[in-house]
Amino acid sequence: MEAAVPEFIDRQMELPYGHGSYFYMKGPFLPESPATLGYQLRFTPREIYRLGIEDASAAARAGYGADFARLEAARQDEFLAAMQTGHLAFRTVPAPVVFAQLLENTKEGYLADPIHGGNRDMVAWRWIGFPGARADFTDWIDQAGTQYPYGPVSIGGTQT
Amino acid sequence: MTTPRRLKAVDAVIIGYGWTGAILAKTLTDAGLSVVALERGPARDTSPDFEYPRIADELKYAIRGDLWQPLADETVTVRHTPNDVAAPYRKYGSFVLGNGVGGAGVHWNGQLWRASPEDLNLRSRVEQRYGKKFIPPDMTIQDYPVTFAELEPHFDHFEKVCGTSGVAGNLRGQIKIGGNPFEGARSDEFPTPALPAIYGAQLFEKAAAELGYKPFPTPAANSSIAYTNPYGVRLGPCNLCGFCERFGCFLYSKASPQTSILPILAGRTNLEVRTNSYVTRILLDNTGKIATGVLYIDENGREVEQPASLVVLSAFQMHNVRLLLLSKIGTPYDPASGKGVVGRNYAYQMCAQTTAFFSEDVEINPFIGAGAAGQRVIDEFNSDHFDHAQLGFIGGSLIYAGATGGRPIDQMLLPPGTPSWGKGWKAAIRKHYRHSAPMGTQGSVMAYRDRYLSLDPTYTDSHGLPLLRITFDWHPNEYKMAAYSTARMEEIVRAMKPQRQATILMRPGNSYDVRIYQSTHTTGGAIMGSNPSNSVINRYSQSWEVPNLFVYGASAFPQNIGYNPTGLLAGLAYFSAEKLKSAYLKSPGALVSA
Repeated sequence: MEAAVPEFIDRQMELPYGHGSYFYMKGPFLPESPATLGYQLRFTPREIYRLGIEDASAAARAGYGADFARLEAARQDEFLAAMQTGHLAFRTVPAPVVFAQLLENTKEGYLADPIHGGNRDMVAWRWIGFPGARADFTDWIDQAGTQYPYGPVSIGGTQT
Repeated sequence: MTTPRRLKAVDAVIIGYGWTGAILAKTLTDAGLSVVALERGPARDTSPDFEYPRIADELKYAIRGDLWQPLADETVTVRHTPNDVAAPYRKYGSFVLGNGVGGAGVHWNGQLWRASPEDLNLRSRVEQRYGKKFIPPDMTIQDYPVTFAELEPHFDHFEKVCGTSGVAGNLRGQIKIGGNPFEGARSDEFPTPALPAIYGAQLFEKAAAELGYKPFPTPAANSSIAYTNPYGVRLGPCNLCGFCERFGCFLYSKASPQTSILPILAGRTNLEVRTNSYVTRILLDNTGKIATGVLYIDENGREVEQPASLVVLSAFQMHNVRLLLLSKIGTPYDPASGKGVVGRNYAYQMCAQTTAFFSEDVEINPFIGAGAAGQRVIDEFNSDHFDHAQLGFIGGSLIYAGATGGRPIDQMLLPPGTPSWGKGWKAAIRKHYRHSAPMGTQGSVMAYRDRYLSLDPTYTDSHGLPLLRITFDWHPNEYKMAAYSTARMEEIVRAMKPQRQATILMRPGNSYDVRIYQSTHTTGGAIMGSNPSNSVINRYSQSWEVPNLFVYGASAFPQNIGYNPTGLLAGLAYFSAEKLKSAYLKSPGALVSA
């Protein structure tokens, strides 16, 4: 939340990515294909969220008597773990698919350049020690093994 | 059905404006021909398309893939065996496809390898050294119809065109310390010096040398100094920015058609480049033996016929094969009978990775890296550089060290057992990000009777044309090859003394998995060979069937090698270009009698 990941995801869902424009989305769809042949569902990312949130809310109310957002943190983690491992049955998009979509976009929003709306104040880059868009290490070519001393910069030009 | 707009005839039409398209555009315009190059994607150049800081955007370029071919319009389908139903490759994973001027030559790493001499006569070499029975009956490997010595001047030239940095290991037969002792004899040094090793590669280099191996700098089409190439085009020094493969280079360091060849073609009045032009068919006359031009869909969606006396097919490997099949040129391969040639001998690479996880006082600085510069590699277990007699497999792998960058979404290295989310994940990314180094093997894949390319019966592109279908899975030979070279890699990593190490390796039972990026080094399907029954093209990349059609790219490889393909496919293109100049253009016709 502090990294503004929800804002990142909201923005992505309005972009061509959210609408599935990056993917081959022509049928027929073969959801029974081996997992090794990759994603074979008919749903775009934004449809996965729409349907997944609806199903998750229903499952949370059925299992815990409240919407997901109102559960205490430990229950929320428990619920997410059950989604990830497929211990929750969703009606349309399988729970592990919804979870995988959410996890993928959450990591993107946390770790991508702030230009996309997440990673606010480069909080994730400062946390791990990634210098962001500096992209110039000429002075470090012959200093391998010494700690790189500078904090991150973003594409937009902010520094810490 | 409307009639296509018919344009004025030109001497030559080039399909696909990447590396080999640019090489042939130069050759043919040098010779005074009128040339039209058709590129399916947009125009792209260093400025403005790869400018800093906008290019340093991992999400846009390395995750979404804004420089790649949009799969929504055209993809491929994949199945594991000829009996399966293929499913579309809906999202990028296993390999990425280029698009636009420069093609995948824009967003490659610049690992510029020559093939080993023994890669080029693989079947006869294996038969001679280990006996005919050493080759499994379903393995359809064959010799190249061209030798290392014939290609060497062209490898050398392309290295210079690219400002390649490296250290010679075999200079005119003399083995040199610090280079690759297994390489074929080279006629000259690399044009630019190697960059020092990045830290992970330094640790690898030391450990490999302790074990008696001969590590050397990866040959890098990432120029290390300001350099002017043989065409008078200037490249700049690489600064190890960490945004190399999947990105265009903002520094003019990584060789690409844009940085190395296209600047000298820009003002030529006998060359016209048409972008957003999607070729749908190579046209033949009523004998089926002469190409008359191509049919394409232009940027306004109109169907256009471009007549030409010479057709150069220089698209990506898969697209070359698909266009031959769509144009009904050559007999499609049939795995049941083993007859037919178009689509035959599709191959890939098998890769493994071992990550070294160090303690927090070891500063790997993973974000300092380039596609090839600063990396170190050993070649002891590649090709036929080692005795396979007791090992029961053919081929081998490079073993290399050095990250191409430390981009945190896609290049985060975490030990097995790390939670995939929550507090445990967050703590782990802080603990490991700056202190982990990846090592890899990149291994050859042989050709097999049941691994091939064909047109898909169900799925179509945005114009309604059939997609290409890949039928591919691993064979026992490759599992054995990868297990052997990966075990050697693990020994080296152990000698680097990390706190912990972890390996990702395909093992028997693991099917080809399109979800995981492995390699864009897909090969075959329009292979070169000694006669029309075993190949699509002859040694000069000329179609056996249609002699005024030349086909370039890794589609020509009879089976795959453990090296990156660009050096070899560029060498084959320059070898062909020389013959075009010296013979074909003077007297068009078959350059090798069938």
